[in-house]
Amino acid sequence: MKRAVLTATLIGAAAWLAACTDEQPASGHPTDPKMAKYVVGKLRTGYTYAEPETRAIQDDDFNNPSFFWVDRGKEIWSKAEGTAGKSCASCHGEAEKSMKGVGATYPKYFAPKGKLVNLEQRINICRTEQMKAPEWKYESTELLAMTGYVKMQSRDLPVNVAIDGPAAPFFEKGKAFYYERRGLNDLACKHCHVDNEGNYIRAELLSQGQSNGFPTYRLKWQKFGSLHRRMAGCNEEIRAEPFPMGSDEYVNLELYVAWRGNGLPVETPSVRK
Amino acid sequence: MAASAKVRVPATAKKGEVIEIKTQVQHEMESGQRKDAAGKAIPRQIINKFVCKYNGAEVFASDWHPAISANPYLSFFITATESGKIEFFWTDDKGEVTKAEAEIKVS
Amino acid sequence: MTDLARDMDRRTLIKVGGAGALALAGLAALGARPARAAAADSEAAVKKLVGNAPIKDGKITLKLPQIAENGNTVPFSVVVDSPMTEKDYVKAIHVFADGNPSPGVASFTLTPRSGKAEISMRMRLAQTQDIRAIAVMSDGQVFMAKQEIKVTIGGCGG
Repeated sequence: MKRAVLTATLIGAAAWLAACTDEQPASGHPTDPKMAKYVVGKLRTGYTYAEPETRAIQDDDFNNPSFFWVDRGKEIWSKAEGTAGKSCASCHGEAEKSMKGVGATYPKYFAPKGKLVNLEQRINICRTEQMKAPEWKYESTELLAMTGYVKMQSRDLPVNVAIDGPAAPFFEKGKAFYYERRGLNDLACKHCHVDNEGNYIRAELLSQGQSNGFPTYRLKWQKFGSLHRRMAGCNEEIRAEPFPMGSDEYVNLELYVAWRGNGLPVETPSVRK
Repeated sequence: MAASAKVRVPATAKKGEVIEIKTQVQHEMESGQRKDAAGKAIPRQIINKFVCKYNGAEVFASDWHPAISANPYLSFFITATESGKIEFFWTDDKGEVTKAEAEIKVS
Repeated sequence: MTDLARDMDRRTLIKVGGAGALALAGLAALGARPARAAAADSEAAVKKLVGNAPIKDGKITLKLPQIAENGNTVPFSVVVDSPMTEKDYVKAIHVFADGNPSPGVASFTLTPRSGKAEISMRMRLAQTQDIRAIAVMSDGQVFMAKQEIKVTIGGCGG
């Protein structure tokens, strides 16, 4: 009996040590069974940090205002635009089938450009290359709508970004950004989202900073918005100059952040504070 | 963006049953209390009135102020009295009306 | 600090925007009580809608989070205990946010066909403050519920 307990303790400790690196989140697990879906190993999505009133808005798709954008994306999907006379549906058919799992794998290395592209940029590449239509502006209603609609086709599937092969150097850049101090407050991403995840900074409960729910409807914004808008917000809050949305810096960072949450279910379109 | 609205009304109900109605309309609800980057006041532009009619009779209404959040959500109850049409009207400061409707079968 | 001085401070701070919000959050952190600048406005707004009828406790329940995750979108519900018959029903529900730039939030006109006097919405709150919900019954009685809600300003979510 005693030996069994000791063995179990040792296995447990070994597993804990093996799983414990300074990069990966390690916080207490929420016990609410409603949250089980949003907890994978040591990973927790922003949902598990939210107040019940905020979670309730996400729990029912009718209540979730994101769907004004997502539904718009669905409309645009089959609308022909550009001189090639094509819509998204012309090449990809039903999004429910063709886009299933796709959003969970971005950002991704894109050989013709020799760098990473995120989902927003991949959609714009389709527009300019295939549809011969103008690019949508970053954070425009249309780009948010389409990104949300495409990513929602991966809802509940695990985030699964590749960081090896040609993506590796960009992943390393993203990781370096995450650990680099910046701004007047001299803080790196990791100071809040690794070292102090689960702690309060004044009245603010710090989360793991997971990206699986983006684009998201933020209560603060009162609209649907992108991960890059959130990153720019974080940078401003630490009194650092934000990078432009869609910049290489943020796309590389997006890969690192997505990788930290590899295995979490895609939650788009989520609701966050 | 043109306002788009959605409503959730049960498709069927028993006569006399009290049913929950959920509504949501896409609108920025510009409060009139904000300033733009140049410091100029952004004019107020909100939905100020919501009305629900059941086969033409007004059964529920609401007046809204700038304190209502963007993309206003509202849930309330009505009694299912007869089969027919339930209509919803949102009126903004410019007098523009957004409409939605749902059919209900009452047995 | 007198109420008037505190009131002036609050307004000045709001005018200077972002930096002001930070300073305000700083004040809050030091334990300064939030200003109730709009209390008088709020009284006037209540009088305008319900007249001089005595306001009683009971019958009405206001459901609010204790702490708003973000003041821009705060869910609330109001439930009034009433049979909702032709003879006895809730005529109106009014919601006031005493600490907002303007106290009115929304008014709801109900009928016996409402079946149940219960509504849910989402509102904007400028600061920590009292929310009041007032029900006017078909016989002219007026009931009120009041709750304080904390609104954080200046954080990542605020």
